Amino acid sequence: MQQTGLSPDFTFLERVEAAGPFHATECFQCRKCTNGCPASFAMDLFPDQVIRLALLGQKQEVLSSQTIWVCAACETCSTRCPNGVRIAELMDHLKEMAVKEGVPSPQPQVLALHQSFLENVRLTGRVFEGALLPVFLLRSGQMRSKIEKGTWRDEARLGWKLLRKKRLSLLPTVIKGRGEISAILRPSK
Amino acid sequence: MKVTYYPGCSLEGTARDYADSIHAVCSSFGIELEEVPDWNCCGATAAHSINHKAGVELPVRNLKLAATVANSEMLVPCPLCFNRLKTAVWQLGGESSSRFQAEVGSRAPRIWDLANYFAGEEMLRKMEAAVTKPLEKLKVVCYYGCMASRPPEITGAADHENPQSLDLIVKALGATPLAWPYKTDCCGASLMISRPDMGYRLVGKLYDMALRVGAEAVVVSCQMCQSNLDMYQDKIEAEMGRKFSLPIIYFTELIGLACGVPGAEGWLSRHFTDPLPLLRRTGIAY
Repeated sequence: MQQTGLSPDFTFLERVEAAGPFHATECFQCRKCTNGCPASFAMDLFPDQVIRLALLGQKQEVLSSQTIWVCAACETCSTRCPNGVRIAELMDHLKEMAVKEGVPSPQPQVLALHQSFLENVRLTGRVFEGALLPVFLLRSGQMRSKIEKGTWRDEARLGWKLLRKKRLSLLPTVIKGRGEISAILRPSK
Repeated sequence: MKVTYYPGCSLEGTARDYADSIHAVCSSFGIELEEVPDWNCCGATAAHSINHKAGVELPVRNLKLAATVANSEMLVPCPLCFNRLKTAVWQLGGESSSRFQAEVGSRAPRIWDLANYFAGEEMLRKMEAAVTKPLEKLKVVCYYGCMASRPPEITGAADHENPQSLDLIVKALGATPLAWPYKTDCCGASLMISRPDMGYRLVGKLYDMALRVGAEAVVVSCQMCQSNLDMYQDKIEAEMGRKFSLPIIYFTELIGLACGVPGAEGWLSRHFTDPLPLLRRTGIAY
């Protein structure tokens, strides 16, 4: 890494840990997290590097990384860490921080799926699978390319097959406490 | 015996086959399921990823509602729901903490991962006694996925690297659970939708290993794992240029088949990768 252009944010780790604790300072770089990570093949920073860069106050590098978004939240890293660093939970916090601070996700489709899912729950209190995929495809901008390429038929076929097998509801279940759910999920800005 | 039941959203939709098998099998063992009144979504991966507060508050509402039902135990078939409910308990400081007592109360039921409940000694004995058609020729691998096991301080899993619940159940039904190293490896979960390339790679690895150890089917307890391994199998086969033809079967469906619970073949006919040829070949279904 070049010396020039480094602008460590020394308050970053403190702010992150205040939302945890995630025990990032306990990391002694054994890389057990990275060696057991099933998603490391899709990452630009390995999990141990995310921890290292967070310790060094490299906020932008960490928040704009692919890694925090392609983490599958399988919890293997947190479970195996000999020092109790809650790595997967830290990845979650970094995603939330990136969204709050307006750092664009390099994996917009991952973020779009999470947002579509929560929007879906906010309206009825439960997930309505019949609307989740179409809304996600619209939100992530994939609907258009799927229509252009004709691959929308794959999704339509899947939906039809699920319907035929009685595994898809046509109408959502709306719970009585819907108001409580929409209060919990009220968009915060 | 009455127990509280938290089905979770997908059991009302894409995992209705699982839901039907659970209802039928529980009823055949005298377990009466009482649904948490007006339950809501646990928030799943989406909430804990980008809205931590909601990731706790959504399951806490369910815990409060569950505490209004007068049963001491609650069964949760979906491992992710199970994990989010247990995480909420942990976030509140545990059942005995003053915060938990204040928010949820003292009548909260014990939260059970469904497979672990069925793998209890007494249930295993009952199952063994109820087997009318032992699954003797069936060789399977048990695939547990992530969320019923990890992290163990939250899930309370006894052996998070090598869980046994499904293996014990499969054995009680007369089938052979094979040893394999990917019991708790990740299927990619919702990445199957947002990053199908990642999902295909993770699941392809599981198929390959299952076949290498000689499995004819994969037994699961998680409807997320089931759909990722079942619904996209033809696409993954096309991508990898290899045929796998691995039925992905819920453990409750196997219980249904072995114990002669009515409807079992109907649940299985709703899968994408048809399990019936295998079940016919092994003399389990006709």
